[in-house]
Amino acid sequence: MTTRTAPSSTRQFGKAFSRYPWLYSLIMLVVLLVINRSLQDNLFELFAVNGNLRVWLPAMLLAAGQTMVVIAGGIDMSVGGILSMCNAILATQIPSDATAERFITVIAISLLAGLAAGALNGFGVTYLRLQPIVTTYATSFIFSGIALQILPEPGGRLPRDVTTFFRNPIGDAVPVPALVIVGILIFWYVLTRTRFRQYLFGSGSKAEAAYATGVPVSRVRFTTYLLSGLFAALAAVALTMGNGTGNPRAGDLMTLPSVVAVVLGGTALSGGRGSVIGSLIGVAILGSISNVLSFAQIDRWVRPLTDALIIVVALAVPGVFALVRRMRR
Amino acid sequence: MTAKTYTPAAATVRLRRLPPPLIALILAGVLFLVGGLAAPGFANPNQAINIARLAAFLGIISIGQTLVIISGNEGIDLSAGALVTLGAILTFRISGGQNEMIPVALAAVLLTGAAVGLINGLAIAFLKMPPLVMTLGMAGVVTGLIYLVTRGELIGDDPPLLGQLFSEQLIGPVPGVIILWLLIGVVMWVVLERTTYGKHLFAIGVNRTTARLSGVRVTRTLVITYTLAGALAAFAGFVLLAFTKTVFLNLGDPYLFPSIIAVVVGGTLLSGGKGSYWGTMAGALVLQVLTSLLRALGIEPAGQMVIYGVILLLIITFYGRQRSLRQ
Repeated sequence: MTTRTAPSSTRQFGKAFSRYPWLYSLIMLVVLLVINRSLQDNLFELFAVNGNLRVWLPAMLLAAGQTMVVIAGGIDMSVGGILSMCNAILATQIPSDATAERFITVIAISLLAGLAAGALNGFGVTYLRLQPIVTTYATSFIFSGIALQILPEPGGRLPRDVTTFFRNPIGDAVPVPALVIVGILIFWYVLTRTRFRQYLFGSGSKAEAAYATGVPVSRVRFTTYLLSGLFAALAAVALTMGNGTGNPRAGDLMTLPSVVAVVLGGTALSGGRGSVIGSLIGVAILGSISNVLSFAQIDRWVRPLTDALIIVVALAVPGVFALVRRMRR
Repeated sequence: MTAKTYTPAAATVRLRRLPPPLIALILAGVLFLVGGLAAPGFANPNQAINIARLAAFLGIISIGQTLVIISGNEGIDLSAGALVTLGAILTFRISGGQNEMIPVALAAVLLTGAAVGLINGLAIAFLKMPPLVMTLGMAGVVTGLIYLVTRGELIGDDPPLLGQLFSEQLIGPVPGVIILWLLIGVVMWVVLERTTYGKHLFAIGVNRTTARLSGVRVTRTLVITYTLAGALAAFAGFVLLAFTKTVFLNLGDPYLFPSIIAVVVGGTLLSGGKGSYWGTMAGALVLQVLTSLLRALGIEPAGQMVIYGVILLLIITFYGRQRSLRQ
């Protein structure tokens, strides 16, 4: 115990930060948006908001699924593979003259494929008790392989109506991606008002203790992989509707950023602490960094380093605060 | 347990009691022979040497990974791939194809790698950053540095001596990299099993608190480990140039996750505190036999990926299992 009592406002801040682990990332996002706005006048106009949200939405859906896996003490390195697989299904099975019925059927099939992929991960991790990172890395080969089998080359074209609907704000006011994001938030809000919340966080922080007090740890973890597979499939739907086409490697470079977004959002990789809200903010942070660098007209050979340095610093800041606090004691 | 049951299940149990490195080695042998049956002409001495040569590169990239994973607390080095690229590019550029510049290039490679690893270690030890995230961020920084310095133009050449030393036949039909790998295996055994550093490494991998209480300097051991891992990953890039003879901007990326899988297949626990470099060597052999076999069978890339994933799952199912919660 320290002899010095912190000023009450600081203590309240500390309390708020531990209650809302995403508060720090929200501050970071606001700072980035202010910088972005100073470089880009129309940032908050409907057109730009719509565009940004549409680009970020697939990554947000991936990160939302990843968050639940991470909170329950796992990690899913196959989300990119699942996204590629579902992207390939959607792009090849929805012809440009598809009927509404066909469109909905194929979307349902790709969501089922995502769930099946999640079930395979969940089975490996919880029932075979394999190490999550290796299991999901191995399954990512299966999913990417299937993607490549279905769609060997980038291609496919969705009906124009679908892309037009998805790309344009409803009634010239509400961007479609914004509705999806609200949907994710409602899902998370409802989830954390049920008993599943205790199960989820319990399985991640102290699995043995949770198991001893009757939490069905294996079932909870299995469910998180199912959800992660489903969200990856939803991300594929968002990506395919946004691009109007498919790419068997679409998800290759999306897995690791989804983990970075989760951590930027204040979720602990060791499990038991975090929030989907933070991960959505994390994706927005990553997107804003790249927007800022592009509007600041940073040289293209300098940009990767600047981008990486900002991300590392952003990741390190909470650690620096903690270090300073430890040294004061 | 009755000793006289010879059911397959009992055989599996008995096999599971073998040390994982040995299982992996047997597995590599079996895969190689199966390959000989499935693809005529696969199982011959030349192919064996070629597989061992390719496995040696992967094995050298996995040295640092083994150390970092043994150190525990989710220890992992995702910057290894970018460092391999950096090591190869530095050698390519500094040597400019001249043999006498190799020592200078090697020194630069080791120092740069160590510097990057040191930053990883300091951030992980003092800022308590999760190793996965820190080293992933560092991979971005290293790649960014490569872009910044080269501006996409990779000037330089590979010194011929490097290829002669490591890639081509050195003693009889055996390339130098295999001999180097065996030497590294011996050194790593000594380091892990016979030095204070090795003992401390396993101690912090099992439990940091008990290690600290028994007098291990946890922070120092951790920083040394990540520094070594950085230097060794860059060194792997130096060796890799002997084989590729050229460099490109994502040269090392395809080796990153295989370097982790090799460690796991070799029986080193991802949770830390238990493992060996012999195991990693066997793991690298298994992965390379599998890759070469799938290629030799002439399966198209999509099928290769699916089969690779399935077999990987089967291998880790065999002995990569964790403790049940019920115990």
